Amino acid sequence: MDFQYFIELFFGGLTRGSIYALIALGYTLVYGIIELINFAHGEIYMLGAFTALLVAGVLGIMGFPAGGILVVAALAAVVWSAAYGYTLEKVAYKPLRGAPRLSPLISAIGMSIFLQNYVLLAQTSDYVPFPRLLPEMEFLDEIGVMGPSDFLILVTSTLAMIALSLFIRFTRMGKAMRATAQNRKMALLLGINADRIISLTFIVGSALAALGGVLIASHMGQVNFGIGFLAGLKAFTAAVLGGIGSIPGAMVGGLVLGIAESLTTGYLSGNYEDSLAFGLLILILIFRPDGILGKAKVQKV
Amino acid sequence: MINYFGKALLASCWFMLLTLPVMGIRLNSVDQTVEWQLGRVALLGVAIFFLSMLWTWCFSRKARGQAIVSLPPAVSGSLKQLFSLPGRNAHTRAVSLGIVLVVMLAMPHVSSFYQTNIMISALLYVMLALGLNIAVGIAGQLVLGYVAFYAVGAYTYALLNQAFGIGFWACLPVGGFMAVLFGLALGFPVLRLRGDYLAIVTLGFGEIVRLTLLNWASLTGGSGGIKDIPAPGFFGMDMDINMSTMFVYYIVLAAVIITIVVISRLKNSRVGLALQALREDEIACEAMGINLARVKLSAFALSSCWAGFAGVIFAAKTSFINPASFTFMESAMILSMVVLGGMGSIVGVVIAAMILILAPEYLRAFSEYRMLIFGAIMVIMMIFRPQGLVTGERRRYRITKLHGNAAKERA
Amino acid sequence: MSQYSETPDARRNETMKPEDAATSAPRPVLEVEELTQDFGGLRALNELDLTVNEGEIVALIGPNGAGKTTFFNCVTGIYTPTEGRVYLHDAQKRRHLLNGRKPHDITAMGMARTFQNIRLFGDMTVLENVMIGRHCRTRTGIWGALTRTPFARREEQETIDISYDLLESVHLAQFWNERAHNLPYGAQRRLEIARALATNPRMLLLDEPVAGMNPQETKELEELVRHLRDSRDLSILLIEHDMGMVMSLSDRIYVMEYGSRIASGTPEEVRANPRVIQAYLGESDDA
Repeated sequence: MDFQYFIELFFGGLTRGSIYALIALGYTLVYGIIELINFAHGEIYMLGAFTALLVAGVLGIMGFPAGGILVVAALAAVVWSAAYGYTLEKVAYKPLRGAPRLSPLISAIGMSIFLQNYVLLAQTSDYVPFPRLLPEMEFLDEIGVMGPSDFLILVTSTLAMIALSLFIRFTRMGKAMRATAQNRKMALLLGINADRIISLTFIVGSALAALGGVLIASHMGQVNFGIGFLAGLKAFTAAVLGGIGSIPGAMVGGLVLGIAESLTTGYLSGNYEDSLAFGLLILILIFRPDGILGKAKVQKV
Repeated sequence: MINYFGKALLASCWFMLLTLPVMGIRLNSVDQTVEWQLGRVALLGVAIFFLSMLWTWCFSRKARGQAIVSLPPAVSGSLKQLFSLPGRNAHTRAVSLGIVLVVMLAMPHVSSFYQTNIMISALLYVMLALGLNIAVGIAGQLVLGYVAFYAVGAYTYALLNQAFGIGFWACLPVGGFMAVLFGLALGFPVLRLRGDYLAIVTLGFGEIVRLTLLNWASLTGGSGGIKDIPAPGFFGMDMDINMSTMFVYYIVLAAVIITIVVISRLKNSRVGLALQALREDEIACEAMGINLARVKLSAFALSSCWAGFAGVIFAAKTSFINPASFTFMESAMILSMVVLGGMGSIVGVVIAAMILILAPEYLRAFSEYRMLIFGAIMVIMMIFRPQGLVTGERRRYRITKLHGNAAKERA
Repeated sequence: MSQYSETPDARRNETMKPEDAATSAPRPVLEVEELTQDFGGLRALNELDLTVNEGEIVALIGPNGAGKTTFFNCVTGIYTPTEGRVYLHDAQKRRHLLNGRKPHDITAMGMARTFQNIRLFGDMTVLENVMIGRHCRTRTGIWGALTRTPFARREEQETIDISYDLLESVHLAQFWNERAHNLPYGAQRRLEIARALATNPRMLLLDEPVAGMNPQETKELEELVRHLRDSRDLSILLIEHDMGMVMSLSDRIYVMEYGSRIASGTPEEVRANPRVIQAYLGESDDA
């Protein structure tokens, strides 16, 4: 009985953690390349969830079948979020290359506030219900530790992470990204177009966040303009936990944070769930800013 | 020219596509219909067309090293005189300061109760923005959880009053002191952190304070907050609500004046110079014999102290506080005042805080878009004018060799 | 490492016996013994010994990447040396161990430096840059600043006047109210020197003071450095690539390669040293 409870919590944490991991990848990719905490990344995730909701709503009223709607809505979310991410970088960060380190961060905070309020004004401040689109999966009832949405989240995010790893590892663009992350000047000298790599990074990161947004929206069943802030901060925590700039680190960090949260909620109290994430964030940044899988750097003078 | 228009047209199309779902679709979940709002999208497209041209033009000016906005010389000259407070002309300065002071003093007598209240909150924000300016503007330490110290001040007064009946005047220093303690508690561990990590840690700290206030219901009343916090007393005088509001107004006004004096003195002192040096280059600072830890902690302590004072006054003014007043958005608002006004500039921050609080109050149409505009301001300022609206508040030094050992030195 | 495992305080203030007044042996100001610095697996400095005596101008030369700037960073406390000892002698001939001290502490003890890649406070005025150098020699705190006590005012005026005098001594007085980043390159290097002098150092470390200067400016700076040494109680250690300046200015020279000392001595000795010739001329083989 107790063990069953633990397993449920564990899988709950795994579900949650894989969402964090998907968003955390966006932070880590961007940080790896331009050393910027993309504060508005959580908003991209929120925009993904909203886009999916709106597209699904339109298709639903037009009478499409549920499974088809989910796929189309998810695709739309990915495409639009990627476009938002691309635009965000062009408008708010690109003009600030070479500016003092804090300028792009303040710009990012501004963009985060702007995007939240853009959705608030264009849509609503209320929580909007997300349509139920998932098919029943009977085989899951027999195992009994997770529902269809948990299953979908685990499968999709695993596939997405594998795809990303393959992309980074084997494609030309992926290799260029890694090269730029390691040494931007050298990459430039070797003829890599840094602007294009940065844009690509934002597109990939945003697409992953949008995927997370769709998955969580269908899991929780509702969407709000403010969901990006908390999710973004937690995903950032995950990225730092794993070592910011490290792709496997973001995945591990997301899962660790998700499970830790789930266990805290299950055994202590739901009240401390968010405090735990922030407390963890502070402790890691102070005591081990390079995270679990990150590398220490020597300060240059 | 074709290129110019082509670019704008492209941007306009791009943004129309981009905003198509969020701006163009509204779902009516009750009667299951879709409201297409393509008019909004088209309008936005037109706006983007012109904004894009403006954007490109601004960049071309920036690239050529010109100011984005160049006013006619007469206007810019008089503005410069207005803003260069420690100006050449001591007489003009005294007169203009006097006028401002008289207007501020007379304000609650000539305006309505409602307007006085608005002015009180505007002045509270001035105080907060000036306080944050110590850490962010002068010392360059990006603190994103500033509102936590504000909350500490407010709750200190509310709780001490609720539990022991301690009055406003006794709580004012205690609130400041508690905020300093929190500031140091945050400051010690983060001494080694780089700028952007520091920002995130302070943000996390702010959220933890708010969540604790929310969840520790037995002490803080949770989301219900604390009610019936008394307004400040004046030698036990009985005051009706109008008088007591007026009194609070004068307290805040005095607090703002004190803040301005304190910060301008601090900024021009040995410690202030060290803080400014800290903003520019930490390693050079250390090499010049500046104790980084001490200077950073001073900045944290002073900055949080002011938020503590403001918090006590806030609690007394509203008579009711709950965690909803202390969200990250408040911190971000205060930060945008500092960014707009100019990092380290006192006059600029005062003006920016007044504009950002008063404009939405008096321009109703504007108030809905308030946070949207705050966000946009932060981005635009960083891109086109990172030093803020007002700069050039440089201190004048008197060098004995050049200017003689003048006894007629101005105070 | 184990031989230095006593508590830090116990080894900090070793007092040397006062020397016999009769001996006119050179008195050291900076003593570095077997200094080693590792970064991960990389050994940037390898058991380096170096001494600068009172009133001496000593040069540290060597090819790029030899570890010269790392040496400065170790000595000034920005890096903590992996092994070895760094001592600074004060005016009372007491010897202080610098290992483990913070940079600001070391500056307060009488060591000042400039940076290879100029690190001025660019947005502040020229005068203010020098005034910041006075920070560790003045005491006004927050309270004094807020109440403007007579002491605070007097100290501030002194700081201003001393700083202005220092600007005169490096020929920058006419720019005192300019922003530092508006100064021409050579002037910025001199301002860094003035700022370092404001801390009242006994030991001044200059990291490539004439890099990027034209021959005329180099000549002037050489004169300036010599003048500063003669007019103040100052010893100077400089890193420099300009061999003409190094040879004419230095009393002694240390040559480094790959983190180790390969030669030292007077300019003539160093010039004749075969290993130095090989280190400098031998490079052309790879090029």
